[in-house]
Amino acid sequence: MKVFSNWQWFHRLGSPRWFYQTTGRWLPWLSVATLLVLIIGLVWGLAYAPADAKQGNSFRIIYIHVPASFLALAGYYIMAIAGAVGLIWRMKLSFMVMKAAAPIGAVLTFIALFTGAVWGKPTWGTYWVWDARITSMLILLFLYAGVMSLQYAYHSVDAASKAGAILALVGTVNIPIIYKSVDWWYTLHQPATIKLTSAPSMHPDMFQPLLVMILGFYLFYALVLILNTRSEILRRERKTGWVRELAQSKSGFDARAGD
Amino acid sequence: MSQSPLLSVENLAFERDDSCLFDAIDLTVNGGDILQIEGANGSGKTTLLRLLTGALQPSAGSINYLGCNIADCRYDYFANMLYIGHQPAVKLNLTAEENLRWMVANAAQSNQISISDALTEVGLAGYSDIPCYTLSAGQHRRVALARLLISEARLWYLDEPFTAIDKQGVQLLHSCLQQHVSRGGLVVLSTHQDLALNNVRKYNLLARTEHIA
Amino acid sequence: MARQMNSGFSAWLRRDLLLAYRRRGEVASPVLFFVMVSTLIPLGLTPESARLAEVAAGMIWVIALLATLLSVDGLFASDYQDGSLEQMLLTPQLLPLPVLGKITAHWLTTGLPLTLVSPLLGLMLSLPGAGYIPLICSLALGTACLSFLGAVGAALTVSLRKGGLLLTLLVMPLYMPVVIFGTATVNYAIDGFNWLPPLAILGALFAAAVALCPLAVAGALRVTASN
Repeated sequence: MKVFSNWQWFHRLGSPRWFYQTTGRWLPWLSVATLLVLIIGLVWGLAYAPADAKQGNSFRIIYIHVPASFLALAGYYIMAIAGAVGLIWRMKLSFMVMKAAAPIGAVLTFIALFTGAVWGKPTWGTYWVWDARITSMLILLFLYAGVMSLQYAYHSVDAASKAGAILALVGTVNIPIIYKSVDWWYTLHQPATIKLTSAPSMHPDMFQPLLVMILGFYLFYALVLILNTRSEILRRERKTGWVRELAQSKSGFDARAGD
Repeated sequence: MSQSPLLSVENLAFERDDSCLFDAIDLTVNGGDILQIEGANGSGKTTLLRLLTGALQPSAGSINYLGCNIADCRYDYFANMLYIGHQPAVKLNLTAEENLRWMVANAAQSNQISISDALTEVGLAGYSDIPCYTLSAGQHRRVALARLLISEARLWYLDEPFTAIDKQGVQLLHSCLQQHVSRGGLVVLSTHQDLALNNVRKYNLLARTEHIA
Repeated sequence: MARQMNSGFSAWLRRDLLLAYRRRGEVASPVLFFVMVSTLIPLGLTPESARLAEVAAGMIWVIALLATLLSVDGLFASDYQDGSLEQMLLTPQLLPLPVLGKITAHWLTTGLPLTLVSPLLGLMLSLPGAGYIPLICSLALGTACLSFLGAVGAALTVSLRKGGLLLTLLVMPLYMPVVIFGTATVNYAIDGFNWLPPLAILGALFAAAVALCPLAVAGALRVTASN
């Protein structure tokens, strides 16, 4: 009977194992590429790009702020799509990706808010303004917090995944509405003194390193998502044969290395 | 094998969060059968019944109603099924009659027995317009049992139906079950009590054995 | 044998309304909450009617939101405990329809009373005269949206032991567009603009909520009931 249920595991969850092994081969390349692109982008943006005419050097925080905001929003959609795939095709791997994506997105949202506040101090003279983009970002952070706390609240992994996926999907429908309504609300109340510098009119010398940084953040996101998913796979599959073998071979190797 | 059985279970398995509750269950239940599920506490009797109702998804195997997987003919199946679980689904703020009327309104079919007749038959004649919070637990079960009298469903799933009811109630339930199977219905129930009925099939969930009592 | 063709909508609507009638005290508490919290505002802010008038619309809307949020927690809780939710999942109807019945009953017993009491609060918070009709219209539509969105959160947390606080976390971000357009409707009217456009958007949000939320609730109930 034990053998039988192991085979069942293998059939249904063959893909997490495949994912684990395949991404294991990608990891070295992906890490090197991420590191390289991020270093190029940072050095270019911080050292070589010209200073802004009005804001001086403080504008350089956009090389973190803008890519983080990009991925904060994209990350929610990645999470929701993973959840939807899990609900529709009952794929366990997909739920693991969803679980792994939530904290990354939340941290990126927080980074975007934090860098926004740091940038706001020299630019607007205050850390916090109720700007449309900042407010939307804050609501996005709340949405992430909701999905994460719902997943932690359930004892059953299966119910947690499905409930989280449903909430993420409801959030996905709501995000455009929230963004539009916050934009509209802001134009209603917009104080004349506060105005954001608009990105499209940026000088190419400033814009090119930003593109590099956005690419670097995408790579970084992929890398962290894969690492997080791999640990989630190990946690959820800890009772399957292949994870046990992996753990044994690893600990055997460590023991020998220790001698 | 010209006709598919009313209910058949093939290779059913259920696991919750890595732990396998049971697997490889095969059952065939036809009209006129009473199947009693036995097993120690925690052996999965309630889980099996809830799997049969479609409230839980099996991790492997299939449950078929007239040869059709219940996931594919869900509404047809639900229309012919009656399930009474641990909780009798009795609202404390409603009277027995109101509770029963709501339960009947949810069912797809009901026979001609009126709600007040059904309540009389289960011994709740004088209680029909009193809120259920004044009734005892056994009387709550009786309200739920009155559903059996009205129901036209062919498949009955009863989880511990003898809980909290007295001798008279037990007798009443027995005659209900007898009548149901004589009309070609099917009963799957979990109870530790020995049924005073003929041809009860007993299925032991731990040993996976079946014998006729 | 009588074959009954029903959608399950009316049976659940009638049952929940009857239950609410039997528990009138509980139904009154969101309204009392609504009135009591608004007496705190002059105490905490200022009794000056000019300054109160500035914030009246927003305050009434925020309190209405909180009152709905408090009541939506109980939408499925007692049904889950006594087993009627289990029965609901096994009815031969399309599950979103009984769900729609329950949400409608919830709005009729919380959103509608809040809407009807709101002019009194407007009076207490010196809401300018032009704001009353927009306030009633926006609350009527808006609280319905809140009931629908809240039901999604209630369904997701019904099987959790301490779901109430979590429910507020899940639902609050989803409520923000409703509050924005609700207060905007009233403020537009007070400032002398045409207040129908923001109200129309609230109507659109309501239509979307009616169409989508029962589906999400039904899916969530199937998940949580199997927990």
